[in-house]
Amino acid sequence: MSALLEVSGVSVSFDGFKAINNLSIQVAEPELRAIIGPNGAGKTTFMDIVTGKTKPDEGYVIWGEKSVSLLGMSESQIAQAGIGRKFQKPTVFEAQTVRENITLALKNPRKPLDLLLNRAALDTEERVRAISDEIGLSDALDQTSGALSHGQKQWLEIGMLLAQDPRLLLVDEPAAGMSAVEREKTTDILVHAAKTRAVIVVEHDMDFVRRLNCKVTVLHQGSVLAEGSLDHVTKNKDVVDVYLGR
Amino acid sequence: MNNSFIAKNPSVLWFLLGLSLFTVLVSILSEAAGTALISTSFLKTLGKTLCLCLVAIAMDVVWGYCGILSLGHFAFFGIGGYAIGMWLMYDRTKDIVVTSLENNILPPTPDEITTAIGSQIFGVVGSSEFPVIWAFSHSLTLQLLAVVLVPGLLALVFGWLAFRSRVTGVYLSILTQAMTLALSLYFFQNDTGLRGNNGLSGLQNIPGLDDVSQATLSLWFFWASAFALGSGYLLFVWMTSGKFGSVIRAIRDNEARVRFLGYHVESYKLFIFTVTAMVAGVAGALYYPQAGIINPAEIAPIASIYLAVWVAIGGRGRLYGAVIGAAVVSLMSSWFTGGGAPDINLGIYVINWTDWWLVLLGLTFVAVTLFFPKGIGGLFDLLARKGKQS
Repeated sequence: MSALLEVSGVSVSFDGFKAINNLSIQVAEPELRAIIGPNGAGKTTFMDIVTGKTKPDEGYVIWGEKSVSLLGMSESQIAQAGIGRKFQKPTVFEAQTVRENITLALKNPRKPLDLLLNRAALDTEERVRAISDEIGLSDALDQTSGALSHGQKQWLEIGMLLAQDPRLLLVDEPAAGMSAVEREKTTDILVHAAKTRAVIVVEHDMDFVRRLNCKVTVLHQGSVLAEGSLDHVTKNKDVVDVYLGR
Repeated sequence: MNNSFIAKNPSVLWFLLGLSLFTVLVSILSEAAGTALISTSFLKTLGKTLCLCLVAIAMDVVWGYCGILSLGHFAFFGIGGYAIGMWLMYDRTKDIVVTSLENNILPPTPDEITTAIGSQIFGVVGSSEFPVIWAFSHSLTLQLLAVVLVPGLLALVFGWLAFRSRVTGVYLSILTQAMTLALSLYFFQNDTGLRGNNGLSGLQNIPGLDDVSQATLSLWFFWASAFALGSGYLLFVWMTSGKFGSVIRAIRDNEARVRFLGYHVESYKLFIFTVTAMVAGVAGALYYPQAGIINPAEIAPIASIYLAVWVAIGGRGRLYGAVIGAAVVSLMSSWFTGGGAPDINLGIYVINWTDWWLVLLGLTFVAVTLFFPKGIGGLFDLLARKGKQS
């Protein structure tokens, strides 16, 4: 099992505060991985580093078979290389329709001239249909996405991620603010997506992580505290201390 | 394809229809057509207004659609005016000089002609030397290219530096304003070679068309302005509809998210900034021959702020809104400041509109921003909703 993403020895500090401290994580393809940890453990900063938003002070982030370093790449280049990200708050383009949102994300040429001259793939409409079916928004395609419910926005964003067809999906708290039924469906979508690609889920909610039934990495103060199955890590004394004690 | 383009954008058809009707109506009423219900000076005002509408839709694309509040687009407009003005002034002066030297016993040498033209043009700033930037002023073709290329290049370089450093929002506005201020100060200097605060004048006289009356010339320029506005409108509707438009509106609403979708946001902004600057240059090149004179005060930062005010009042994010805003506000402005509006006598104080117009405009701007963020264009939404209900 060769690694798709290899983060090794990464550290980053903001004004003297070490948000990430000598962090190393490897993710294979396909794999479903959950990252848990208390507030300030560095989960979001980890995603910022992988997606190019934050540049680390030291360490390596290596991607793919060719072992390219992601550190010299811009956010858009990293996204085009095949890393998709879902934010904690659902961030869809509220002024635009569901169809426009999905079309924006679809894997197509992304240069200004390509778009002006309409150099998109011919099956765009079918792909939009397929994705909207998967996230249950086929009937809302022409609706302004600002009018969707919170849960629907979360799904739309997941749908946009699927439309990007990334090799690695980074998902930040997908279940936040969802009802029980919606959570179940979200789990299904993520588990299904992880059959063909790498998916990293950052989550607070232990029940949700249990349902994902996957390898778990526990972060604490910017580095890995424990790794393994959920049962394994919850028996770890350090993890129990961090979550319950102190 | 063409069919679906218009079907998707019904406002295009209405706009072009309205513009054509307006053009035909004004033509019939003009002095050149004989009825003379519209004076030539008012015809020029209308033609100039069309040019202002053109720069306003460019501003709307860059601000209303892409979210870049540029306070520099009127500078690009002015540069376009200067570019065409240099040729107009050079060629016309050359005609005059050659005619006056014809009666000399010895035929004048080319050097003598150049010196004579130079002292005619630059006499006001105490010089007769041709500055370097006038190198191409003898050629209409090259100066026409300069009308689009100089604003385009300036926008490209400035935009590249600013967007690459991820300067956004208010900071970007301040930066564009600084650029505009620097440009107008540069144009004010005599050393620049653009006749300092005198600017370029006599631009209403088109070289080689001495036999054509101003009434006819003004009508031609009016037609050219209407054509330019129609074409610009089509260009921008094409750019802002479809997926390209979807991307730039997404950039306006959440730039970071667009980056994570894999789009190179800076390229899109730079593209929009540059194309709209070029269109602004074209609008300026059509405006100033109708105005007859251009001076550096025209490109002062305040002009670009007015442009933003027009677009805000007309309604951001819809092209016809920008047209309405620019037309209504600029026509009202010339009515109020031109002494057209009657003074209001309050007994203890007389409101003189030439002084108070700016106050009224400022208050209107504040009121529109607070209470009608969609501007005048937003009224069409209300009408459409009422139409659907009934």
